[in-house]
Amino acid sequence: MEQHIQVPFDKTTAASFHIGDYVYLTGTIYAARDAAHQRMMQALEKGESLPLDWKGQVVYYMGPSPAREGRPIGSAGPTTSGRMDRYTPALLDLGMIGMIGKGKRTPAVKEAVIRNGAVYFAAVGGAGALLSQCIKSSEVIAYDDLGAEAIRKLEVENFPVIVVMDASGNDLYAEVTKNL
Amino acid sequence: MSRQMNVSLFTDAIAEMCVEANLRLSKDMSAAMANAIQSEQSTLGKKVLSQLEENLKIADTESIPICQDTGMAVIFLEIGQEVQLVGGDLTEAVNAGVKKGYTEGYLRKSVVADPLLRENTKDNTPAVIHTSIVPGDQVKITVAPKGFGSENMSKVFMLKPADGAEGVKEAILSAVKDAGPNACPPIVIGVGIGGTFEKCALMAKHALTRETGTHSPLPHIRAMEEELLEKINALGIGPGGLGGKITALAIHIETYPTHIAGLPVAVNLCCHVNRHCTRII
Repeated sequence: MEQHIQVPFDKTTAASFHIGDYVYLTGTIYAARDAAHQRMMQALEKGESLPLDWKGQVVYYMGPSPAREGRPIGSAGPTTSGRMDRYTPALLDLGMIGMIGKGKRTPAVKEAVIRNGAVYFAAVGGAGALLSQCIKSSEVIAYDDLGAEAIRKLEVENFPVIVVMDASGNDLYAEVTKNL
Repeated sequence: MSRQMNVSLFTDAIAEMCVEANLRLSKDMSAAMANAIQSEQSTLGKKVLSQLEENLKIADTESIPICQDTGMAVIFLEIGQEVQLVGGDLTEAVNAGVKKGYTEGYLRKSVVADPLLRENTKDNTPAVIHTSIVPGDQVKITVAPKGFGSENMSKVFMLKPADGAEGVKEAILSAVKDAGPNACPPIVIGVGIGGTFEKCALMAKHALTRETGTHSPLPHIRAMEEELLEKINALGIGPGGLGGKITALAIHIETYPTHIAGLPVAVNLCCHVNRHCTRII
């Protein structure tokens, strides 16, 4: 099923997705990857506030290549989500509603997805040039010194993703390889 | 007779090759992708492949890297033994080329100076450089920037001689299964069998640079490549790991003599971009 969805979205919308759904996202998402997650966790451990309130927001595991003049961003495809698994349950428990990345997640992430009624989307790995065309603006909002790993606020239009883990914990990757 | 060659030639060639490898798919990989699109049957698999096809067109026309992970620069230098390098330090000249290519070509700087302290070097240097001395008076440069989505899923197995060909095949299949969607299928699989611990890993990396669609000249290895490609594409992982027939585009195996006690096997996975670009100077 193909759907056009505004981001951010609420739990009712998150609960309406099923694995295998093809979804076009329009609205605001936030890019963060390894180093930014590590810093956010250090902040949480110290009892400090995070650079943004993740409640109801969607994270995109992505670190872009530099933008050419006149363009909002360079190549901008997903990175492997599994490297963020250690940090993800904490952000989901803070209310983060969705994730965009690629690849398998740990059981702990799956439990946190179910517990919080969230959703995990895959974007196509290796389609960074195509996906960059769906990003209309990009602004570094935190950790500028991390370069490609800074946290970016992105405005996206019809950004294509596939539901790979839904709010009930169904996992498309596991379905595909369950007979191996 | 020795031929003098200024190391600045390496800087310029490598700068151009880093950009070329990241913006445009090599001819052999383009042909492999075109075949894959024809053969895939699954709905999501076809959709992923058509996105990748469109992605390649956009990357080419807009000069945007095919993938945001523009890799760590792996560079093979086959230096003719009659060449005399002049004008400076070869390693510095190579790294100057990487710096120029990644900076002027709007490529991502993905290298950290220390694996534990993790501060970005901001120019994607240093490269990983593999030199070999060969007969002749020319230099063959192969630039193969490697993305880490697939690199992270690569493996070395120190098998026993008793494990034999069946053990080798099992090891390769298990690496592909474990990688699943993480290595960005459709993938190319570079394999090194034999040698020592480090030799098999280097062969696996070098095997990725072989022209896709060609086979090992050794009949029993060619047969293993053909059998494994069929088995891998029967796993069902498919493009993007979302199910389908095309999990791998090719598997390239290199071999080397080994010790009576060992059977090392290295499996280096690579996504469909499989950047590799060669020039002879």
